[in-house]
Amino acid sequence: MSEPTISSKAATVRFDGVSKLFGKDVVAVDNIDLHVAAGKLVTLLGPSGCGKTTTLRMIAGLEMASSGRILIGDRDVTKLPATDRDVSMVFQSYALFPHMSVLENVMYGLTFSGFAKDEARTRALKGLDLVGLKGFDTRLPSELSGGQQQRVAVARALVLEPQVLLFDEPLSNLDAKLRRQVREDIRAIQQDLGLTVVYVTHDQEEALAVSDEIVVMRNAAIAQIGTPRQLYDTPNDRFVADFIGEANLLECQITDVSGDTATIEIAGHRHQLPSRGLTSGPATLAVRPSRILINEASGIPATVDKATYVGVRMEYTLTGGFGQVFAVQDDVDEPIAPGTEVKMTFAQKGPVLLPGE
Amino acid sequence: MTVANTKTTRPVLIFWIVAGWVGYCLLPWYMVDDGLWSFKWLVDGYPFDDDYAPAAFLIGQGVKLWLAPILIPLAMPLLVIGRPKSDPLYARILIISGALGFSWLIAQGFSIGIRGFNYDWLKLLFGEPRIRQFGMGYGAMISASAFLFLLTQGIAARGAINGDVFVVSAIGGVITIVTAFVFYPIANMLFSAFITEDGAYSISVFAAKFFDDRLWGLGCLAGARCGAAWNSLFLAIFVGVITTALGLCFALVVTRSGFRYKRTIRALTVLPVITPPFVIGLALILLFGLSGSVTVFFADLFGIQPTRWLYGMPGILIAQTLAFTPIAFLVLIGVVEGVSPSMEEAAQTLRANRWQTFRTVSLPLMRPGLANAFLLGFIESMADFGNPLVLGGNFDVLSTEIFFAIVGAQYDQGRAAVLAMVLLFFTLSAFYAQRAWLGKKSYTTVTGKGDAGVHPLMPVGLSLPVMIIALTWALFTAVVYAMIVYGSVVELWGVNNTLTFKHYVTAFSLRIEEEGIRWTGAAWDSFWTTLSIAAIAAPLTAAVGLVTAYLLTRQSFAGKNAFEFGTMLSFAIPGTVIGVSYILAFNVPPIEITGTGVILVVSFIFRNMPVGVRAGIASMSQLDKSLDESSLTLGANSWQTFRRVILPLLRPAILAALVYSFVRAMTAISAVIFLVSAKYDMATSYIIGRVENNDYGLAIAYSTTLIFVMLSAVGLLQLIVGRVQIGRRSQLSVKDAS
Ligand SMILES: Nc1ncnc2c1ncn2[C@@H]1O[C@H](COP(=O)(O)OP(=O)(O)O)[C@@H](O)[C@H]1O
Ligand SMILES: [Mg+2]
Repeated sequence: MSEPTISSKAATVRFDGVSKLFGKDVVAVDNIDLHVAAGKLVTLLGPSGCGKTTTLRMIAGLEMASSGRILIGDRDVTKLPATDRDVSMVFQSYALFPHMSVLENVMYGLTFSGFAKDEARTRALKGLDLVGLKGFDTRLPSELSGGQQQRVAVARALVLEPQVLLFDEPLSNLDAKLRRQVREDIRAIQQDLGLTVVYVTHDQEEALAVSDEIVVMRNAAIAQIGTPRQLYDTPNDRFVADFIGEANLLECQITDVSGDTATIEIAGHRHQLPSRGLTSGPATLAVRPSRILINEASGIPATVDKATYVGVRMEYTLTGGFGQVFAVQDDVDEPIAPGTEVKMTFAQKGPVLLPGE
Repeated sequence: MTVANTKTTRPVLIFWIVAGWVGYCLLPWYMVDDGLWSFKWLVDGYPFDDDYAPAAFLIGQGVKLWLAPILIPLAMPLLVIGRPKSDPLYARILIISGALGFSWLIAQGFSIGIRGFNYDWLKLLFGEPRIRQFGMGYGAMISASAFLFLLTQGIAARGAINGDVFVVSAIGGVITIVTAFVFYPIANMLFSAFITEDGAYSISVFAAKFFDDRLWGLGCLAGARCGAAWNSLFLAIFVGVITTALGLCFALVVTRSGFRYKRTIRALTVLPVITPPFVIGLALILLFGLSGSVTVFFADLFGIQPTRWLYGMPGILIAQTLAFTPIAFLVLIGVVEGVSPSMEEAAQTLRANRWQTFRTVSLPLMRPGLANAFLLGFIESMADFGNPLVLGGNFDVLSTEIFFAIVGAQYDQGRAAVLAMVLLFFTLSAFYAQRAWLGKKSYTTVTGKGDAGVHPLMPVGLSLPVMIIALTWALFTAVVYAMIVYGSVVELWGVNNTLTFKHYVTAFSLRIEEEGIRWTGAAWDSFWTTLSIAAIAAPLTAAVGLVTAYLLTRQSFAGKNAFEFGTMLSFAIPGTVIGVSYILAFNVPPIEITGTGVILVVSFIFRNMPVGVRAGIASMSQLDKSLDESSLTLGANSWQTFRRVILPLLRPAILAALVYSFVRAMTAISAVIFLVSAKYDMATSYIIGRVENNDYGLAIAYSTTLIFVMLSAVGLLQLIVGRVQIGRRSQLSVKDAS
């Protein structure tokens, strides 16, 4: 084997009722079940402190589950320490070893995997090549920019051909421009090599952009799992609707359900949409700002409170009997002045019904 | 990775199994009298001579049969070779054999001594057969270690600390040696306070010694003499208060004044490190003693009779203040600098003037530092042995009383133990107060983020007296040190003031002959002993200290707080107490090392270990934990991580720990003076011996030499660490370079 290539041994990850307690009463992760398919990029998304990092570290073996079972591939790794798991991780701070050159950093894990020195070197160079850092091998980490350090960290993890590759908020130390670029690079490498990746972020836009599947977490538990599209279009509850993209959450009454279609009444206005298994009674309507139509012939009466021009579109705040909503309109040429009385309706597609509070 | 997962041979396990057998079958089981490095035994009757025989040969010859059961735990681990680690038998067998072997070794070691059974009930049970044994030697030590580490591997295999063999073994190792060399001797000493002359236990003996008037008498309130306990306590409180006040003055001058020679003042902090503790006392005698320069000058001037006012409380107080002010300064400068300038700037923008800012913000924020400095001064004063010995006169303090109880005409172990208990009680209380009170209140406002802003200057009304006090004291310190150097080249102080190198010649002369250099000077013996013992102790101290620091900063395990308390405890145990407890504990089997160089090395390791631990903790907590974690996820185990990631990044801390433990080993006196022997005399105890013979010239010349040796060691360190740190600063910028 003269030209080793980096391939993938992508494996599934399974959590069966896993909990993690710190001390006696800090529940960081509460009884979660999770299945990550091989070769997919799955994102853990949620507000700060909801247990994403802890979940990730349990996959890595840096934290041990307090209860439950963790499987990687077919192997039960619940009690296995990090060293013995076939998982690598890219840290938020990159954690490059400052006393080793870039090449030594990338070779580090290979030397513990039983590779001969030459082989390890070839593989490491290959890895650096893959992340676009050819020729940087003799530099010290301190002689690289943040983005380059990030890529060294990725290369270092990649060359081990781990069953699962973990990222903990990998973009948070980069500036906004670089973020988009790096996240696309990560996604491209993941898809090219068919890696199983678990990716932690608190940025919903980032999650929507890179993921095959998103796990939304809240208070140490899973709120919803789905593809970006599913989460955006059909959130399960108010929390998810609000966290993924922006949503206006309006109280409404389901007056009638026939088949899969529900009729709701909101501030005297009627609207029909899929019932999603809800029955008559109070409910919540989630509407994305772009799915609110203003200045219609008929609809809910509302007053324009605020109008803001942000370049590509107009942003309005409307008030009325329903409370307050936030809407955006693509029409920037004829803005509606604040104080104008308007009629407002919802687009046919988009608004979804959620259980009431 | 897969390679690592499937490995079945366990080199560490095999190593310790083999070590156990080697210790049992090949190495002399008992302590060899000729010294650790002497291999005379190899040609002198080994392996059949009883003194040199390995345990296996002893049993083969039908003697020391109580060593035979050890074969069982030695053989048991052979069963697990080839078994997977997850097999419950693997863990169980290792735990049982390790625990069995280790405890049997300890039990037989304590039960059978030089004179046969140590306990009456054993004599009753077995009669009094003619059996006896000496202290543990290579064989016994190595077998004991083997059992210990088999045990820890078993515990790890059970899943403790995620099955991490290195961490479990390190914890087990540190606990064992700290128990053996700190807790055991101290506990042993406490017990011996209750032992009567004929070996029985008695509370009343203890009470008689404890409630002795020489200990607790309060005669000084009525003009007579006070007991040693009160003397020590009053002295320590005075020293604590004065050194704290002076230290604060220095710290303020350096951080909050326009004074130009701050760097010179900072250099003060190195003094206590390089000065053997009693040297200041000697210099004071040269200045204020009966024939001291100042005394003679004033006597001539006013025609008054020179007095011995220096000997006693005043002399010790001055000497200790000189010696320990730099320590307080060192503590306080960190604290005073640690008060975030933005706090003070905020106060100023809130319309407080400089004086109000100082009084309402700066000073309160420094309070924990002040308490810390006071307690350190208190502990140091309590523990100081050299200055009271040189300057004490009739003023008895605990540390010297302990010494005289052991070496004096009135040899009384029990009394020494009682005194040591009282001393230990005082220092431990201070230590406990420091931790209990300061542990909770941390006012340090260093944020780690670049804290812009500058400290405001002191208000003028404050800065003037502070400057005067600090500068006067600095000048005094300089005079004292100059005196030391000058005193070393004067023929006979106060009698014949001609300059001469005589003392250096006496101490350090050498002749070059055909066979090589002949070290003819009187001091060479102790000098080389000191250097080599310090050089052996330093790396061991640094190693124990850093491993402990690693466990404390990087691992969490049950009982970690107790572990930390235990390892830092020896910091609060005065050297005299260590000295007494060591000779009581280690002049009988199973660990029989009194009179050897080993006991000196061991005492240094455990006296200086807290220095290594602190240095290690300080620099390890600056290394981001994600460095270790990423190494672990990359497939390295914790030992590989420690060796390849943490140690290389800790080079400056390692160097510092090495040099400081080396230097402290060279300046130590309080424990050393109990532990030296004719064969292993140390520089400091040799000097004290000279002082007791009124041979001040030689003593001071030798001290001066030591000071310069240590100054160069510290200087060298600064040079090297300075370099290393430059390399490191740019490396550590990794994290913020994004
Ligand atoms: N080592 C720890 N000790 C105690 N509590 C912890 C520890 N690590 C995390 N936690 C707690 O667990 C919860 C989840 O933390 P984490 O997984 O880091 O959240 P996230 O990454 O989603 O922001 C938080 O409430 C945090 O305070
Ligand atoms: Mg996190």
